[in-house]
Amino acid sequence: MRHFAMVALLATLVLVLALPGVAQDVVELRMTWYTDGNEDEVMRDLLDRFEMEHSDIRVVMDNVSYQEGILGALPVQLAAGEGPDMARVTNLGGLAEYYLDLTPYLDDPDYWVESFGVGLGWLQLPGDSNISGLPTQLTVTGPFINRTLFEQAGVAVPSDSSDQVTWEEWAAAANEVAEILDIPFPMAMDRSGHRFAGPAISMGAQYFDDEGHPLIAGDEGFRAMAELFVNWHLDGTMPLEIWAANTGYAGANEEFGNSQVVFYMSGSWQIGQFSDQIGDAFDWAAVPNPCGPGGCTGLPGGAWVVAIGDTEHPEEVARVMEYLASEEIQEEFYARTLFIPGHQGLLSKGMEFETDLGQALGALDAFFASANALEQTAYDIQGYAFNFIVFNASRDRLTQAIVGELTLDEAIERIQEDVDEQLAERMGG
Amino acid sequence: MTTIDGNLQNEPQGLLARLSAALETGLAALFAGFMNALEILVRPVERRLGMERIGYFFVLPNLLIFGIFVLFPMLLNFYISFTSGTEIYPQDRSFVGVANYEFLFDCENVFEPNSCNEDLFWRGVFNTVFFVVVQVSGMVLVSLLTALVLNGKIPARGFFRSVFFYPVLLSPVVVALIWKWILQRDGVLNSLLIALGGERVQFLVNADWATLWVIVISIWALMGFYTLILLAGLQAIPAELYEAGQIDGTGRWQSFRFITMPLLMPTMFVVLVLSLIRAVQVFDQVYALTGGGPGTTTHFIVQYIFTVGFANVIPRYGLAAAASVLLGATLLVLTLMQLRAARSNESG
Repeated sequence: MRHFAMVALLATLVLVLALPGVAQDVVELRMTWYTDGNEDEVMRDLLDRFEMEHSDIRVVMDNVSYQEGILGALPVQLAAGEGPDMARVTNLGGLAEYYLDLTPYLDDPDYWVESFGVGLGWLQLPGDSNISGLPTQLTVTGPFINRTLFEQAGVAVPSDSSDQVTWEEWAAAANEVAEILDIPFPMAMDRSGHRFAGPAISMGAQYFDDEGHPLIAGDEGFRAMAELFVNWHLDGTMPLEIWAANTGYAGANEEFGNSQVVFYMSGSWQIGQFSDQIGDAFDWAAVPNPCGPGGCTGLPGGAWVVAIGDTEHPEEVARVMEYLASEEIQEEFYARTLFIPGHQGLLSKGMEFETDLGQALGALDAFFASANALEQTAYDIQGYAFNFIVFNASRDRLTQAIVGELTLDEAIERIQEDVDEQLAERMGG
Repeated sequence: MTTIDGNLQNEPQGLLARLSAALETGLAALFAGFMNALEILVRPVERRLGMERIGYFFVLPNLLIFGIFVLFPMLLNFYISFTSGTEIYPQDRSFVGVANYEFLFDCENVFEPNSCNEDLFWRGVFNTVFFVVVQVSGMVLVSLLTALVLNGKIPARGFFRSVFFYPVLLSPVVVALIWKWILQRDGVLNSLLIALGGERVQFLVNADWATLWVIVISIWALMGFYTLILLAGLQAIPAELYEAGQIDGTGRWQSFRFITMPLLMPTMFVVLVLSLIRAVQVFDQVYALTGGGPGTTTHFIVQYIFTVGFANVIPRYGLAAAASVLLGATLLVLTLMQLRAARSNESG
């Protein structure tokens, strides 16, 4: 018995000592991820299949919140050289200095250029032609409406009878519905400068001077939209709860899902979430972006998975990225998540989404159409590496104008100062 | 029957006593062993340093922790306040002298934040000053009243002492979320108001209401801690003094004014200093409750530092460090003033 115990102890010891050696053969990669809908589950499923085929790589997904994790903590981690191997980001140009150029590790870099086209440039610093990531969705900002409320109120949906409905017309219609049905919020917009930018460009905002420097002060189009926007908060068209009572990003998706909002300015990424959470509980729909003197535009954008330059395993990262970038996997990912594909081949070929929900399919059609109606300024601001500085300054200072801490003109002056100061700091003070 | 019952009752009690004795013996042996081991370790050090300096050996671990996690970051922060740029490591940053401090103080009129270059800093300063004055006053008053009540002979005294202390155990974020649930547009309080025929109140969107609730919640969350300190102070006052007072015919108010308050004053100063420091550092709970809003109504100085240093797309570590140095200096001055006041009070 004693002899048996000794043998068992020795065997355990050998096993314990040998295990790290076995484990060392498996490279563990970390991917920081956030999710709007079901994309975390879909991505995990795809990665599980990758791991089954590649037993030497394990990818750990760190699911974090968009506001705190992606916008807050990730930039600090990257600056400290403590970031993950891959991350899903939306501040595409702002973090470009931390990305890994995958080009030397890719089997077919041309495939990436053909497939992901213009978007690759959003990840690049001026002058470089790096391939650093792949899209997980192409986004277009635009409004959703609660069509059921319009029907119940007996108010015609303005976009049903006109291709070009102005912001003022939408506000009037939404107010009418809200008043008849006693709905608390006629309109709502996500608390985001990115969301505000499309409407501002529709009203004629240029965002840049002739030299490509962000210019908000003196931009009449920006001011026109800002004035409308502030007044909508003051007259109750928009809820103070979203913009005034929050810090950082805040969405109005829950309010829309609870039928508390008639018209909700957000974007295509909500389709998957609304399909899951609203389903056909009421008739929700995406409508074309409202118009102004500058056009009827939203803002393009996207969420991309990028490779991080400080990774100790660039080759393994590239293998994961190549797998995720393949047309087959991209198609499955988009079909299951109900996202607009960022893959040129899929865009040309057309997508079959895995849903029978009429509202979701209608919304996808509407956003595909909106993507073709974007103004050049919208692409310019999206392609600007430090656009988040402009977006966040707009968001925070307009909030101060809404609550009366600043006049609109003071707020616009402050936006310009904030942008100039942060850019100066970025350039080394 | 009685005998059987008695045996059944006595047997577990005897077992319990034996177990208790065994545990006591075991613990004593363990403690003795530990002390012996410690002596083996300490004896050579004592021989080397001598009896007078052995104290340094004992405080060394604590000093090391303090040095690494408090003193070094403070010095680093002080240096970073004289630098600029987005680089995170000090050696990569450019030295700009007092530029960050000048930037913070670049004001036409400091009492008008909109006239300042860095208006959010000054909004944070004034919001914090207002919060500190009102919250600390409220905190001391409410804690004192609660301690006086809990020190009296009330039913279920132990229960109430626990109840008032319970919120202290909660994380500030949990506190904020609970109250957000109560105060939000469709929250518990508004539902109650509407059910009673009242109108909905925008507790977290209206500037005045938001400020009031931030103060009230902060007091609610922390008063248990200060109440406990004051309770200890009250219980340290000899009962003979009150008895002597009663013989001399003092009323309750006179007892409170001439016996309780003077003897409680040192404890009150402790409470004042601690609550003041805590109030100046207000951040997490408010950040989770209002995010500093509406607008910047509840945007306090620590949130300014956090936003400028970590939340903005382009972090301005130098500016954030300069603001935190100023905050630290203010706290130091306040604490010294209060300690001095406390000493003069004791000697007077």
